[in-house]
Amino acid sequence: MLHGFGGQLLLGALTTVQLAAASLALGTLLGALGCWLQLSGHGVLRAIGNGYAAVVRGVPDLLVVFAVFFGGALTLASLTGRYVEIDTFVAGVVALGLSFGAYAAEIARGALQSVARTQREAARMLGLSRAQALWTVVLPQAARVALAPFGNQSIVLLKQTSIVSIVGCDELMRKAAEASGATREPFTMYLAVACIYLALTGFATLCLEWAERRASRPMAR
Amino acid sequence: MFDFALLGSVMPSLVEGAWLTLKLTASVILLGTALAFPVALCRNSRFAGLRAAANAYVLFFRGTPSLVQLFLLYYGAGQFEAIRDSVLWPALRDPFWCVVIALGLNSAAYTGKTLAAALAAIPRGTREAAFVLGLARPHAFWLIDLPLAARAALPAFGNEIILTCKATSLASTVTLLELTGTARLLTSETYAPYEVFLGAGLVYLAINYLLLSGIRTLESSLNRPH
Repeated sequence: MLHGFGGQLLLGALTTVQLAAASLALGTLLGALGCWLQLSGHGVLRAIGNGYAAVVRGVPDLLVVFAVFFGGALTLASLTGRYVEIDTFVAGVVALGLSFGAYAAEIARGALQSVARTQREAARMLGLSRAQALWTVVLPQAARVALAPFGNQSIVLLKQTSIVSIVGCDELMRKAAEASGATREPFTMYLAVACIYLALTGFATLCLEWAERRASRPMAR
Repeated sequence: MFDFALLGSVMPSLVEGAWLTLKLTASVILLGTALAFPVALCRNSRFAGLRAAANAYVLFFRGTPSLVQLFLLYYGAGQFEAIRDSVLWPALRDPFWCVVIALGLNSAAYTGKTLAAALAAIPRGTREAAFVLGLARPHAFWLIDLPLAARAALPAFGNEIILTCKATSLASTVTLLELTGTARLLTSETYAPYEVFLGAGLVYLAINYLLLSGIRTLESSLNRPH
């Protein structure tokens, strides 16, 4: 049915998962940084954090991918003085990570701000240091609030990896395009790929639901 | 290094591309909202078959990337002779209509889910009160249920409009020269990715800012106490 392209598609799916995992890691780091900037006491840092979140969330991911891919190639060329072939996987991770980081920063900020100020004050009153209060009192409570939106955004990221195929990254969508060209059966190939994406997002959704159930258990005494 | 004169010179072309972005966004939202009603009604239906169909529809369109949905329609439809011979073919060959149909079906899944939840959340008492006052069922639906649900669904709907505007950038992958497509073309003509993509980003931010202000105004005018 897939004319022997099944293996290629699964290989593409593996790249898609790697792309999503790497972007998730980079994006989470950028999100933590962005959130720290947004909550900073310094006006300029706050403006940078807010600007990052607003700008990246206001433009399409595809534009970010193009900007990183073509802009990155030009930057590398002017730095090294010769034409450099930019790695599409790396460009994809940077672009998707930048995009995810902006959403993650907003989610983290909202979650931290949802923890009542009195919680931190009480922890400080009990003699915990600032770091201890943040780490043992505020963060665990914020993490519960952030879990659902963070998980949903990760699933969005998993689907958004498909756009990196436009600049030639050899992931699932690209494999489908190649298989379509070779077999002249684009509908079959794209439908097969849709089913693989559905399985991936379905699995991710189940994991998220399990984590949410665990996180909403009453606290142990 | 950064050429402001070049940024100024590409702006007119980008704004022209933005016009197509707006046209696509409006068409997708129109189709998506129209289809969201049957989706929502089926999801809340008494009949298990309709509920299952609506759930499968929502699952498919929310669980797969929009790009796959678009390519499935744009490249995939031509695989079947029956479609190539049908009256739909002129529309399915046109990238504009392919984008509108694919993204519209996608948007209907998201909006339909929100609308179904908003309709299900209306307290029973309001419907009973309408019934007691002598309103027929369709009447009660149009006059009571729908306005209440629409108000509850409005913030999510506003979000959907912004997401749709950004999603129309996928149209550039099927040869349409909307904002992202124009930016890509200009980059290959000028070899100036910084200026061109910054310009395109600014236009997107301006569009989304305007859309957001419009939605906020609508929200506050609808949330006025009666």
